[in-house]
Amino acid sequence: MSEPIEPTRRAGDEAQAETGGNRAAPLHSRRDFIAATAAAVAGLGLAPGIRLVEVAAAKPDDEPASAKVRWGMLIDTTRCQTGCDACVSACNKENHLGETRNPRTDAQWIRKIDLTEEQTGQSLSLPMLCQHCDNAPCVDVCPTGASFKRADGIVLVDRHICIGCRYCMMACPYKARSFVHEPHEDQNPLVPRGQGTVESCTLCVHRLDRGGTPACVEACAGEGHHAMLFGDLNDPQSAIARRLREVKSTEVRADLKLGTAIRYEGL
Amino acid sequence: MADYTYVDRPGRPAAFWGLLALGAFFLLAAFAAFLDFEHHGHIVSGMDNQIVWGVPHVFAVFLIVAASGVLNVASIGTVFGKLPYKPHAPLSGLLALALLAGGLAVVAADLGRPDRLIVAMTHFNFKSIFAINMLFYSGFFAIVAAYLVTLMERSLKPYARPLGFLAFFWRLALTTATGSIFGFLVARSAYGSAIMAPMFIIYSFAYGLAIFLVAQAAMAAWSGGRPDAATLARMKNLLAVFVGAALYFTAVMHLTSLYFAKQAAYERFILLDGGVHTLMFWLGQVGVGGVLPLVLLLAPGSCGRRVVVASLLVVLGGLAQMWVTIIGGQAWPLEIFPGYRVSSSFQDGVINPYAPTLGEFALGFGGFALAFVITLIAVRVLRFQPQGAAAGAGSED
Amino acid sequence: MSAAAPAAALPRPPAAGLRATQAGASRRGMLRLLLSLAAALLCLPGSLTAHAAESGRTPLPAIEIANPGQCVEPKDVIRRDHMKFLRHQRDLTMHEGIRTKKYSLNECVSCHASKKTGSVLGEGGFCQNCHDYAAVRPDCWDCHQPRVQPAAKGRADAATADLLQAMQRGRGGAETKP
Repeated sequence: MSEPIEPTRRAGDEAQAETGGNRAAPLHSRRDFIAATAAAVAGLGLAPGIRLVEVAAAKPDDEPASAKVRWGMLIDTTRCQTGCDACVSACNKENHLGETRNPRTDAQWIRKIDLTEEQTGQSLSLPMLCQHCDNAPCVDVCPTGASFKRADGIVLVDRHICIGCRYCMMACPYKARSFVHEPHEDQNPLVPRGQGTVESCTLCVHRLDRGGTPACVEACAGEGHHAMLFGDLNDPQSAIARRLREVKSTEVRADLKLGTAIRYEGL
Repeated sequence: MADYTYVDRPGRPAAFWGLLALGAFFLLAAFAAFLDFEHHGHIVSGMDNQIVWGVPHVFAVFLIVAASGVLNVASIGTVFGKLPYKPHAPLSGLLALALLAGGLAVVAADLGRPDRLIVAMTHFNFKSIFAINMLFYSGFFAIVAAYLVTLMERSLKPYARPLGFLAFFWRLALTTATGSIFGFLVARSAYGSAIMAPMFIIYSFAYGLAIFLVAQAAMAAWSGGRPDAATLARMKNLLAVFVGAALYFTAVMHLTSLYFAKQAAYERFILLDGGVHTLMFWLGQVGVGGVLPLVLLLAPGSCGRRVVVASLLVVLGGLAQMWVTIIGGQAWPLEIFPGYRVSSSFQDGVINPYAPTLGEFALGFGGFALAFVITLIAVRVLRFQPQGAAAGAGSED
Repeated sequence: MSAAAPAAALPRPPAAGLRATQAGASRRGMLRLLLSLAAALLCLPGSLTAHAAESGRTPLPAIEIANPGQCVEPKDVIRRDHMKFLRHQRDLTMHEGIRTKKYSLNECVSCHASKKTGSVLGEGGFCQNCHDYAAVRPDCWDCHQPRVQPAAKGRADAATADLLQAMQRGRGGAETKP
C-alpha cells in the first residue's frame, strides 16, 4: 500500500487502534462517565475525535451491544498473500474448530480462495468468511429465528433454537456456513458448538464484547500482512471508516444488495 | 346423482396384516436410520457442507408436493361439481393427509436437532417461507381432516362444500409456498425464479393424481373389484393433461434460463454434461416421468393396467425431478465471484459429488411407508372405497 | 440409571395419607390420600432431594462441592430455579451480548467442576450427579464445555491472554497486570 495512513496503527495492536490508539489517555475515565450517565456531557467535553460509540469497543459486561456500532472489515486483496492461511489457522485455534481433516464435512468459518480472472488471467487471493450482511438471507429464511443479526450488525446463530434444517446454508450466497456433522467435546468455553446445528464466523464476538478484535485480523497483522482492517463502520473517525472513504472497495455479490459488513479492496 | 355406497372392511385380513408388516418393516428401517443420524451426526449420511439437502429431502418434498396434488380429486368433485369424482373424494382427502404426514416426518427426521421439533413449532420467523410453510402444513391437516369428516358423515354434508373450497385454495397456497422454498434462494443459479411456484403446482397436480390412481387401483385389486371405467377414462385424460403441462413448464424454465448468459453454464451442466444429474433429467424426469406416461395414456385402446403403469412412471419421474431440482441445483458450484476461476479448501468452483447412503434412502422410503401404513389402516377400519351399485354393498350397515 | 428416582421419592407423602385412611377410612380420608398423592407429584421436582434425604432409603446423589462458599443465590432458590436463571442469561448473552458473570454457565463450571476430573460431568460431576438422580437430561453439554479449561496454561492461552489484555485496556491503561 502506498498511502501513509498511520502504518503504526495498522501494524500495531488493532484493539488499541480501534478503541482509541493514541487517545488512550482518556480511556481510563470513560467507563466512569458512562456509569455516571453523564456520558453525553462528557462526550462533548472530550477532545475532538472521541465518540461515545467507540465505548462499545470495550463495553461493560452488563451493557447490551449497541446499534450505534456496526462492526465491519476491509480486506485488502493486494496485501493478502497467496498461500498464507494465518487467518484460517487462527480462527480454527480460537474457536476450537480443529484442523480441517475432512474438507467436505468439517466446519470452515473462514477459508482462503484463490481467484484468477478469466478474461485477463490476473490472480489474487482473499479470505472468505461470513459477510455479516445487513439484509442477511440466512436471517430471512431461518424458520425459528435462530439466525439473527445483533444490534451491532454481527450475524449469529442462536444454537439454542437452531433445529439444524440447513435452509440458511442453501440461502447463503457466500457458502459461509457449516453444519456440525459430528459430536464435539473440545469447545472453547466462550465458543459453544455442537452436533446438529449450523454455525459460521461470529467475528469473534466473545472477544469483541470484551474489547478484543477477531482472531483472524490479529493473525494477519501478526504475519505482518495487515490485509484485514477491522473496526466500527459507523464511526467516521475509525481507521476503517476513513480508509473506506479513501479507497475503492467492493461488496462481494453487490448485485444482491445485501449490504455486507465485510468489504474488499483491490477486487 | 350417482348412486353409490362404500365397501366395508375390504380385503382379506391376511392381506391386511401382510401389507401392514411390509409397511412396518420400512418404517423400522427408517427409524434405525433416524437413530443413526441422531446419534452419530450427519457424518454417516452422504450429505455434507456442499450438498446440504440430500435424498431424504428429495422424498420429503415429493411427498409434500404430491399431498397437495392428490386432494385435487376431491376438489374437482366438491369445488367444480363434477359428479363422477365425488365418490372418490374421501380417499383423496385421506391420501392427502397420509402423504403430508409422510413427507413432514422425513423432514423432521433429517433435522440436525430433531429433539427440538417443539422449538420449530413455538418459534416462528414470519419472514421465513419455511416457517410459513409449517403454518400451511398444520392448517392443511386441520382443514382436510375437517373436510374429510364432512365427506364421510352424512349429517355434516352441508359443510362439505365450503370446506372443500377452503381446502382447495389452501392447497394452492401451500404448493406455492413449497415451490417458493426454492424460488426464494436468490443466490443459486438453479433456483431464485418466480416460475418455481407455479411449476410446483403443476407438478403437484401430476404427482398427486398419479398416486391417487395407483392407490385406487390397489384398493380395487384388494377387494376384487375394479374402478368404474368411465371415471377412470376421465382421470386418465386428466393425468395426461397434467403430465403434458409439467413438461411444458419444465421446458419454459430451461429455455428462459438458457437465454440468460449467466445461467448458460448451469443449463449446460443439467442438460448436457452433468453426469447423473443429466441422466436424471432426460431419462428420469423427461423420459420416464413425461414422455413415456404420455404415450401410455394417450395411445388408443383399453386403459386399466396401462393407467397404473403410467402413474407409477409419473411417480418415478417425480422423484427424478426432485433429484434434479434439489441435488442437481446444489451440485453446481455457487458462483461467488462471477468472471473468476476459483479454488479453495471449501470446494469453491468445483462440481460437488454426492453419494447418498443407504440410511438416507431408508429415511426417504420411510416417508412412503408412513403414508402407506396410515392409508392402509384407515382404509381397513373406515369406509373409503366406493362401489357403483347400491344393492348389496354395505349390507352390514 | 435414573428412572428409579420418581418412584423412590414417592413413599413419604403417601404414607401420611395412608395413616389418615386407617384412622377414618372415610371418604375424606380418600380425598386426603388423593390430595397428598397429587401434592407429592406436584412438588416432586422441587423437593426431591429433601424427601429422599428424610426417607433414607434412596441412594442420594453424592454432591461434591469443589469450591465451598456462597452460591450466587440461596441454595433452595438456585436448586429450584437455576435453569431459569441460565435460560434468561443465555438469551441476554446470545442476543444482546450481555456478559455478566453472575448467572453465566461458565461461572457455574468454574466453581462446581470436580477437583479430580475438572468437569461437572462424569463420576462425581456436580451437574450430572444430580440430574441423573432427578432423571433430567439437560442438553447444555452438547455444545458447552463442561470442563474448566486449563485456559490459563493450555492451548487457548494466547487468545485468553489477549482478551484479558484487551479487558485491561478497556478498564484503563493505568492499572497493573492481573
